[in-house]
Formats: sequence, C-alpha cells, structure tokens
Amino acid sequence: MTTAVSFQHVSRHFGSVRAVDDVYLDIAEGEFFALLGPSGSGKTTCLRLIAGFEQPTSGHIEIFGATAEGVPPYRRNVNTVFQDYALFPHMTVLENVAYGLMVKGVDKAKREAEAEKALALVALPGYGGRRPSQLSGGQRQRVALARALVNQPKVLLLDEPLGALDLKLREQMQVELKTLQRNLGITFVFVTHDQGEALSMADRVAIFNEGRIAQVGTPEDVYERPETRFVADFVGSSNVLPPRISSAAGGPERWISLRPEKIAILREGEAPSGRFSAAVKVKAVHYQGAGTRLNTETAEGAVLNVMAPSALGRFREGDVLTLHWAPDAVHVMERET
Amino acid sequence: MTPATELPQRDGLTRRFSDVLFRRPSFLLLLLLVPPLLWLGIVYLGSLLALLLHSFYSIDEFSGFIVYEFTLSTYGELLRLSNLDVIIRSLVMSAAVTIGCAIMAFPISYYAARYARGKWKAIFYLLIMLPLWSSYLVKVYAWKLILAKEGIISWLAEELHLTWALDALLAIPIIGGPSLSFSYIGTFLVFCYVWLPFMILPTQAALERVPNNLLEASADLGAEPQQTFRSVILPLALPGLIAGSIFTFSLTLGDYIIPQIVGNSSFFLGQAVYTLQGTAGNIPLAAAFTVVPIVVMLIYLSIAKRMGAFDAL
Repeated sequence: MTTAVSFQHVSRHFGSVRAVDDVYLDIAEGEFFALLGPSGSGKTTCLRLIAGFEQPTSGHIEIFGATAEGVPPYRRNVNTVFQDYALFPHMTVLENVAYGLMVKGVDKAKREAEAEKALALVALPGYGGRRPSQLSGGQRQRVALARALVNQPKVLLLDEPLGALDLKLREQMQVELKTLQRNLGITFVFVTHDQGEALSMADRVAIFNEGRIAQVGTPEDVYERPETRFVADFVGSSNVLPPRISSAAGGPERWISLRPEKIAILREGEAPSGRFSAAVKVKAVHYQGAGTRLNTETAEGAVLNVMAPSALGRFREGDVLTLHWAPDAVHVMERET
Repeated sequence: MTPATELPQRDGLTRRFSDVLFRRPSFLLLLLLVPPLLWLGIVYLGSLLALLLHSFYSIDEFSGFIVYEFTLSTYGELLRLSNLDVIIRSLVMSAAVTIGCAIMAFPISYYAARYARGKWKAIFYLLIMLPLWSSYLVKVYAWKLILAKEGIISWLAEELHLTWALDALLAIPIIGGPSLSFSYIGTFLVFCYVWLPFMILPTQAALERVPNNLLEASADLGAEPQQTFRSVILPLALPGLIAGSIFTFSLTLGDYIIPQIVGNSSFFLGQAVYTLQGTAGNIPLAAAFTVVPIVVMLIYLSIAKRMGAFDAL
C-alpha cells in the first residue's frame, strides 16, 4: 500500500513552544485518518504542515513520496476544508467552488460544469447562484467540501469541519463524510477534539498530547487497549488507577484502565462474585437518560466512575455500593505517561 | 417587606427616569434620534437645499442683484469655456490625487493590517495621524518651501547631480512649470500629502477585516500569491479603497487653499466658488459650481456600486 503522508521526526516550534515535537507518522493511501487530541495538542499544526501553511522546524515530510518541505501550499495536490469554512464572501457559491479550477486556467464553461457536478456530489444542486452569507452552517460546510473536492486532491484535510454544527446535523454529516470518502477513495486526514467523532469515522486514529503522538491505532486499539494513562483518560474517560489501588482490588500491581461501563454494581448486602471488587461510597450522581454516571470513591480515596444502567433504579449521594468487574475488563497500561 | 422580585427601592429622579425609559423603549429611541435629526434636517440638509435653490436663480448683469426666478441659465454658464476649464482641471487633479493616494496607501495599509502587531500598530497610527494634528496652512507653506526653486528638493537634486532630471520633469508641458512650487506637479504632491491619511485609514480597516484563512484557502486551492491578491485581497479591500477615494476625491475637488499657495495660480473649483461668492458677488453661479462636485460624487458612487465595490460589505 502506498503511503500518502509520511512524517519523519517532524517538529514545529514557535519560539519556546513545541507545538509539534518529534512526530513520526504514516498515513496510508485511501485511509480515513483522524488526528485526535485536546486543544493545543498539536493536531491542527500537523494538518497545517501537510497543507503547507507551516514549515517544519526540523524533520522530513513526504506527500506521496515527494518531499514537502519548502513547497508552498499552492503547489501541493492537497486541499483543506477549513474549520470556519473560509468561503469567499464576495463570490457566489459557484464561483467559490470553481475557484481552484479558475486559478489553474480552466475555461469558464468547463469549470462551471465541474463545479455544478461537485455541488451535486454534496447534495447542493442549484445552489450555485447564492452567496455564502445566504446559506446555513451545514450548507456552507458542504460548499467548502465541494470547493476542495472539485480539485480532485490526493489528500483531503479537514480541520474540525463539523465543530460548528448542531448535534443532529453533525451526526448526519459524519455518515455522509464517511460514505463520500469510501466512494471517492481519497485519503482523508481529519482533525477533531471529539473522540466520539474520531472513533466512529476513522480507520485509524492518532492521539496527540502536548505536541507528541501518544498512540496510533484503530479505534478499537485506542479505546480497548490504551497504551498510556493519557489515552485511557482522554478516549472515553476511563478510570485510570494507580498500582496501589489496583492491587488492593485484587488486580495486578500496575497502572490499569477500567472502563466505567465494564463495572458491575452490587447494592449493600449482595455478595460479589468475582475476584476484583471494591467497596465505594457514591459522591455524585449525574443522570444521563440512558443511564446514570456515578462518581464514587473507595476507602483508599481512589475515584471510580461507573455507568449504571437505568434498570438498576435510582442512586443517591452517600449510597454504599460494591463494585466488581471481570478480569478481562482490566487493561494494564504499557507505559505510565 | 418588599416583594421578593424587586430589589430594595432606591428612590431618586434618575432612577425613576430610567424606569420610564425601560418601560417605553420607543421614548428612548426618540430621545436619542431627535437632536441629530434636527441637526441633519435643518442645519445640514437645509443649507444644502438653500444652496441648490440659489443655483436655479440668476444674477442681473447690470445691477448685480439676484433675480429670484427659476432659470437654468446659471447652469448654462458653467458650460462656458473658462468655467468648463475649471471643472475639468479640478476633476483631473482629483482623479490623479485619488490614484496617487491609493497607490501610496495600499502597501502601508497592508503592512499595518497584516503584519504590524502591538507596539508597531500604535506607532503606525501615531505616524499616520501625526500630520493631522498640525495646522493645515503651516503644512502647505512648509511644502511651498520644500518645493521652491531654492528648496530642499532642488538642493538635493543638485547634490545628487540629478538637476537635469528635475528640469526634464518641469519641462513637461502643462504639468511642468518654472519650479515645483509653481506647477501642477507641486499641487499634486501637496494634495497627496495632505489627504493620504484619509485613504490609509479606511483601506487599512478593510484589509484588517479580511480573515487570514481566506488567503490560506486561496493558496490551498492553488492560487499563486498574485492571483490571491487579484481575486481575494483586492476585491475585499475595494470598499475601503472606495471609502478612502470618496475622501481624497471630494476633499481635492473642494479645496481652495492648496492650489492658491502651490501651483500655477490657475483656478480650481473651490477657488472659483470662493471668488464668485466673495468679490464677484455671484451667489447663483457659485452655487451652481458647488453642485458640480455633488453630482460628480453621485455618478462616481453609482459606478462604484455597479462594479460591485460594495458587495463585500
């Protein structure tokens, strides 16, 4: 399989800030790849390095085998869907979409036909005559997508493209983007801070923390088998327990990750069946519709978050519970940080 | 006990007044709008209308009294060769000054909007506004000295052995003259100097509002820097340039001091109005002359609008 984008020991420093710090990354052709991390973790800078808006302080970037350092954005066969869409306000939708072809010297009739085709692809046929200001957020997002796709890029970069949309629309666009990517076969590099989005859409995910990649893997890899405490906590808010607590509950004397939904709850008086258990007191109750998230504390002072299905009834602050979990629910972290 | 929904009473005239305004927002609007509307309606538009009215009267050539009868003959007089000359001279100068200011202002504005940060931005504003703090007359006389035959520019040209270039410039028919301070070139330079801030500030404001990601989007879509400039930066800065050009154009069109001090003493619109209403006492013709810039500006703005200069607003 061809490598679409390759980062070799890439760093981008802004003064003393290491926005991207010694990143090594390979993105395969045709892959839907997500860069996931909290804000300021370096994921957007990585995207800008691929687009060419930033140049690496050190290291080497290849796009389809060609060296990317020193190549300006307008000579790269890579297109970006910007976070706030960056549509040209003084042009119509059609002119926006045809812009990439216009600057390449494609004649008017041909580029307008191509732009119409791209608009049809994103389900906005006939919107060409409008101004961006006359469109809704979701429609602008589609125009931005069409404007990038009309150039037939080898890699499409998406910078938090769904961030400004409301929940329903976001879920709909997630499905559409995924389908579009499958059909077109273009490599998508997708920046997001929303772990749900990354897990549901991407083939592989890179988790960023403080300019470095904490883990790269499939969504199952990073969720089920987090390599570091940061990944376990950031992806799905796992319970990260230190060795002391782990062994007290009957587990290994290592840092472990324990998913809230994998913990079973016993009321006072019921006997635990498994080896791994802990007595806890409920500190806070967060009702979430389908279930209730309980914030509990063990006698040793360790905090354990538990998802209680609604069938278990209601919980109150101060309830004393026994938690237990199956041996395979525990994931032992390979690295501590 | 006071009701739970109300805070303890704080009596007083201003408080009661605020309550009235809160309950009747339309009254507040009225209060805010009446003074400026009175000003605009009576003082501003009123005097403009009085002026317009006078331009439709004529003057009795023998007595010198104004004949209060509707006539278009005053406007007809504008078309007399000597008067048409003044109008054309003023229009060409205004257009030249506007273009000159735009060319000088754009790079300065671009730097200030896109690169200057913090302290440098403050310095930029200071330097741009600095000339506006000193007297207009003093600046014009200072320029007369700079441009004079014995002035800095001729001295500099001599030191640099470029006197021949200056002479060649002054030898150009019409715009040349015996020295810079007695030529249209001199008038043009002083106009450009005096009105430049009025071009820079709106242009800079327009450029400031062009988000950086639009330039990145343009580059991302394959546009070379000069294509981005032509297709994105310039169209988006155009409203600012037009706003600036309204200032430079109309200010040049109406000015009567600069051409009097620096230049070859041929009349511009402002001077024509000044002498007509003063020494000549021909208020109707002065009024008709004054209508010229208004009409020119209206035509200019409608052309600008048709060209899409305000589409990005």
